[in-house]
Amino acid sequence: MLTLTHLYWLVGAIMTLVAVLTLLDPQHPRRFRSGLFWLSYGAIFVVGDYLPTAVVGAMVLGMALLAGLGGLAAGPYQALPDKLQLASLERLGKKLFIPALAIPGFTLLLVLVMGQFPTLHWFDPKNLTLLSLGVACVLAFAIACYLTRESPRQGGLEAKRLLEAIGWAFLLPHLLATLGLLFNQAGVGQIIAALSHEYLQLDSRLAAVAAYALAMAGFTVIMGNAFAAFPVITAGLGIPLLIQQHDANPAVMAAIGMFCGYCGTLLTPMAANFNIVPVALLGLKDQHAVIKAQAPTALLLLAVNIILLDQLAFL
Amino acid sequence: MNYWPLLGIAVVMIGFVLRFNAVLVVISAGIVTGLCAWMPPLQLLSAIGESFLKTRSLPVILLLPLAIIGLLERHGLKQQAQRFIANVKGATVGRLLSIYLLAREGSAALGLTSLGGHPQMVRPLVAPMAEALAERQHPGLTQQVRDKVKAMAAATDNIGLFFGEDIFVAFGAIVLMHTFLRESGIETDPMHIALWGIPTAIAAFLIHTIRLRRLDHYLATEQARLAKAAQPQTERN
Repeated sequence: MLTLTHLYWLVGAIMTLVAVLTLLDPQHPRRFRSGLFWLSYGAIFVVGDYLPTAVVGAMVLGMALLAGLGGLAAGPYQALPDKLQLASLERLGKKLFIPALAIPGFTLLLVLVMGQFPTLHWFDPKNLTLLSLGVACVLAFAIACYLTRESPRQGGLEAKRLLEAIGWAFLLPHLLATLGLLFNQAGVGQIIAALSHEYLQLDSRLAAVAAYALAMAGFTVIMGNAFAAFPVITAGLGIPLLIQQHDANPAVMAAIGMFCGYCGTLLTPMAANFNIVPVALLGLKDQHAVIKAQAPTALLLLAVNIILLDQLAFL
Repeated sequence: MNYWPLLGIAVVMIGFVLRFNAVLVVISAGIVTGLCAWMPPLQLLSAIGESFLKTRSLPVILLLPLAIIGLLERHGLKQQAQRFIANVKGATVGRLLSIYLLAREGSAALGLTSLGGHPQMVRPLVAPMAEALAERQHPGLTQQVRDKVKAMAAATDNIGLFFGEDIFVAFGAIVLMHTFLRESGIETDPMHIALWGIPTAIAAFLIHTIRLRRLDHYLATEQARLAKAAQPQTERN
């Protein structure tokens, strides 16, 4: 049966390939530091489960220093000469879309088919979507190589080029998720809940609703993740204030409360995979360009959410 | 109660406000939080390592499509996307992104969250199409305005995903809310949580579509301003 471990091997193998391609390139401006970064990351994916966790922690620390202090840079890249690219474009035309659309297409197909036949035991049912995405990407890669008449090695070079364009931002979402778990272990959630419980005495219904909505958004801005904020703020404010004191409908409170958290996600650099990675992927100058584009929608929607919560939760 | 772990949050906020490198900010915050919770250094390293291993599925989604998208870009995927959209009559940046918002939010509401995303859809297809349309509608826009259009393409993907996925009943967030409330002694029906999300989902769509229409207006006024500024001094009054 295909499990997450196999997917991690694939990811580790790609990272190791990127490391080797970097180390073999004498013209790379950060040859050894970049190479070491991708080698460590690859090792954590392939053999991470067999290493002592303290060693993995030390490797993470090293990778953060390499990435944070400018150890990742773009190496030289041989683009296809314009003439050849134009010829390729003329030859392939709309067919170029096929591999790109094959990624979601095959993912969808595999999720549906494997979901229908769970007795086949081909895919670990707990990670069906992720595994389907993995297999879909392998299939789409084969199609892309066939259509463009390129070697898998060129595919590795392309992955390396895009990873170098993303740079340190690639590590950030993973590191933030790690920080979230660390916050949990240190009991940051309980502290916030205790503080808000102690200092917030809200008798008016609208004030209680607004406090819950704004706390969900605000704590999500800090944590970068509404899922992390929901248990903390709902235990600290939602249940005692809205449900017990004002008799709110829990389903409405939860649904709209989580959406208030999502408004916070749109506003924070802590949600790096949504707000910082695309800045790198699109090559935007302003680090916070995506957040600025989202902010008016997020703030208006937060206000709408407070009104909806006040109107719908007490029917 | 030991309140010192809150220092980790302070480190994050100060670091982001002062715009230090985010990777360094986050790792420092982790170390500060751990030390303030009186973890010995070796245990802190273990905690970092263990958490990093547990969250390994995060970079998978980002990494796997890159080789494919890279190969296609090498052979002109962006140019093809721009050619394709140039042939669609009546297309504007606002209309294109509104249709994408509808498709993204609608498919996410059906549980199909992997049909979009920044590496596989926004970078190779949506952003270049939006940029090409902006250029066709209003030639000569500055790089700054183009960046705004591209950032809006990324923002539209996020908004569609967030406010669509949460009204799909089998989505993780619904399960999380249901389980948490049950553990707190409150029974809810997951179906109800999903249904009560619909008003916000609709509001999100309306608000963002209106903003996308205003983006078209903004592009027009921006171009008019540029054209005026480009005229010789004597023609201005």
